[in-house]
Amino acid sequence: MKLTLHVWRQKNAQDKGRLVRYEVPNVNEHMSFLEMLDVLNESLIEKGEDPIAFDHDCREGICGMCGMMVNGKAHGGHKGTTICQLHMRHFKDGDELYLEPWRAKAFPIVKDLAVNRGALDRIIAAGGFISVPTGSAPDGNAIPVQKQESDLAMDAAACIGCGACVAACPNAAAALFTGAKISHLGHLPQGQPERDRRSMAMVEQMRIEDFANCTNIGECVAACPKEIQLEVIVRMNRDYIKGALTNRPTSLKGDSA
Amino acid sequence: MELKSNVPTGPIEQAWDKHRFDLKLINPANKRKYNIIVVGSGLAGGAAAASLGELGYNVQCFCYQDSPRRAHSIAAQGGINAAKNYHNDGDSIYRLFYDTVKGGDFRAREYNVYRLAQVSVNIIDQCVAQGVPFAREYGGNLDNRSFGGAQVSRTFYARGQTGQQLLLGAYQALERQVGLGTVKMYSRRDMLDLIVINGQARGIVTRNLLDGKIEVHLADAVILATGGYGNVFYLSTNAKGCNATAIWRAYKRGALFANPCFTQIHPTCIPVAGEYQSKLTLMSESLRNDGRIWVPKNAGDKRVPNSIPENERDYYLERRYPSFGNLVPRDIASRAAKAECDAGRGVGPSGLGVYLDFADAIKRLGKHKIEERYGNLFEMYERITGENPYEVPMRIYPASHYTMGGLWVDYNLMSTIPGMFVGGEANFSDHGANRLGASALMQGLADGYFILPYTIGNYLATAKPGPVSADAPEVREALANVTNITNRLLGTKGTRSVDSFHRELGKIVWEYCGMGRNATGLQKALGLIPALREEYWKNVRVLGSNEEFNQSLEKAGRVADFFELAELMCLDALNRNESCGGHFREEYQTPEGEAMRDDDKYTYVAAWEYKGPGQSPALNKEPLEFKYVHPSQRSYK
Repeated sequence: MKLTLHVWRQKNAQDKGRLVRYEVPNVNEHMSFLEMLDVLNESLIEKGEDPIAFDHDCREGICGMCGMMVNGKAHGGHKGTTICQLHMRHFKDGDELYLEPWRAKAFPIVKDLAVNRGALDRIIAAGGFISVPTGSAPDGNAIPVQKQESDLAMDAAACIGCGACVAACPNAAAALFTGAKISHLGHLPQGQPERDRRSMAMVEQMRIEDFANCTNIGECVAACPKEIQLEVIVRMNRDYIKGALTNRPTSLKGDSA
Repeated sequence: MELKSNVPTGPIEQAWDKHRFDLKLINPANKRKYNIIVVGSGLAGGAAAASLGELGYNVQCFCYQDSPRRAHSIAAQGGINAAKNYHNDGDSIYRLFYDTVKGGDFRAREYNVYRLAQVSVNIIDQCVAQGVPFAREYGGNLDNRSFGGAQVSRTFYARGQTGQQLLLGAYQALERQVGLGTVKMYSRRDMLDLIVINGQARGIVTRNLLDGKIEVHLADAVILATGGYGNVFYLSTNAKGCNATAIWRAYKRGALFANPCFTQIHPTCIPVAGEYQSKLTLMSESLRNDGRIWVPKNAGDKRVPNSIPENERDYYLERRYPSFGNLVPRDIASRAAKAECDAGRGVGPSGLGVYLDFADAIKRLGKHKIEERYGNLFEMYERITGENPYEVPMRIYPASHYTMGGLWVDYNLMSTIPGMFVGGEANFSDHGANRLGASALMQGLADGYFILPYTIGNYLATAKPGPVSADAPEVREALANVTNITNRLLGTKGTRSVDSFHRELGKIVWEYCGMGRNATGLQKALGLIPALREEYWKNVRVLGSNEEFNQSLEKAGRVADFFELAELMCLDALNRNESCGGHFREEYQTPEGEAMRDDDKYTYVAAWEYKGPGQSPALNKEPLEFKYVHPSQRSYK
């Protein structure tokens, strides 16, 4: 099949950026979306034109590095699918596609379709962990976890940190990402001691990073390639309110070694 | 060169504890005076950086991705082994040790493997405490499953995303230290050279992938935990960015490269679909617990699988290996699949595939149970192939997955360059000639959490590296070297893309140094590779400049190193006139077609030493001793 792409080209963060039109003939239905872009890039290199920059790594839908908007939909808008796992059999001959990077103030553009998602790491650094020193843990079975709770923790822990939730959200909120980590750790007995403090620290970091507030629109859930549920945001809000009402001010980052 | 393995003597059960006691300590107040560089942020690197930061050292951690959470450890699906014996099925540290030494076809160091089995128990405890959501039974206890090469249930797992969850555990511990200021994280950096001053590793040169700045970072010790080199094949199960540049450039600075020919071919990957294909996707080996592998009995049988009656199917693994059946180790399962396809019984459009069939398991356990166990893997398969594996059997074929070779390290995981340590897949240790399932995660975390933090302290306390200047001639020389390589790649202005060269190189390595090798093929490859490399340096086209985000330039340097590494792999494969594990030399097989080792001549680690450009590398041998598990023909019948 033959496709027409309109791709966001932006040389660097300072450049203004624009959509550029490309024709891609000979698209095979078994190709992944990124393989289709590889083929286009090979032809651009042959012509001496700068290939399109996009982030990608594992191409198995698990590392979370890839992601772009296709016709306004994060990762192309197929249920539970990252762009690297989206195959061309879902498109048809003559389709016209618009490829744009994640759009959010907290995700500055690096080049073309690649953005900087360091803000998500800083949210984890603020409190998305359990403070356990290496080598001092009790036996694994000394902490029993109800299967149902463990399954709910795993559902939330499946987040790959790709940023699709932020890109899909009209407010560019990171609530699904943050809520997923808070929910993962909050469902486990190990996560209880720091639970309130964790939610306060992570929510505060979202504010510092310029992510806006969640207004329960739910676009994030529709776009999430790992189908994280809205309930994680509910849990984040509940933990936050409880924390804000009952905690005394302490260092938010834990104590240093 | 004399290879000092520093393996302890005395009873193997007490060796690590005794060794640990003998290691010198550093006063907590002095730890912050030491700087340690960690290159790589996966299970080994992330865990090491987090643990060293927690101990109080100043740590600088580097990765090429935009975040440490992307390291390819994240893609491991199946599980992690630990000798917990929670299921009372006869497991023990000694049995895990025994299985690993035997599984590695007697080409690993016994004392290293024993230590690995020993700390496996602590790894699970550590990860549980971090909040890794391992699978649980209804009573709240940890669940287990079995994996290829083992007859006990010792594999801990988190759905089909075990690597992801273990990595996130290490990543969270790492980010905690970043927040506390003990670790400084440098993402989107490629390590392009190692700085060696007075014979000691003292720093690295990196390229900032965002703006092309070439940076120098100095330290008292350097850890490389940069993963394996499986992408030398172009098509592999590795992430696209996985590369050998850091370890290869360290090799050129004097670190020995051990057993490069030991490549693991994984039996359960989705077959190649076409020429444009950029990578291969692995289906977890855990699928072999319930899936049955078969091909049609008659060559060229092109009927759809469900219309082939039971008596016209050959469940060849169950037939050939009745006691292990579909759970034979990876090297055996891979070669058996190749043999069936070579005999014309392969399935699918290319004929390079065998069926992995869940029909019996679905009948026995119900679709629901299969969905619970492998649901996400089934979805992934369907997404890629467009076929529903609940209704038609999956098609699988072997693919390059994991490399057991890597930089040579001693028992302390230190390379032949003092002060440079190597962890995880980047070193050669522990797996021997073949890696058993669920043991890569175990080794990565063992190195990162429980070995390097101790042994590095001993190095710093005894070697006392002392101050070093950024103006040292060695630093300037390393910077000039990096600039030269970059300028050369940008200045070639040829006509062929980097990828086209990489694809061609990959085909040569797969054909002549892949699942099966022979002397004639290897000699042929040793002619083809240098010729293609020469063309590369004359005709590669890298557009743009260094001073920008330039993904073609990143790739170009990595592929240049793969060319050199590919040659060393073939040389090593040609030297080893025997078959063992992931190294199957067709000339050396038993009458039944199994790998035939030559223990008298090849019970050694082949450690190659760089001798300068255009020179043949020198072969150094570290003899291996087997005092506890006596080498025998591996049998899984």
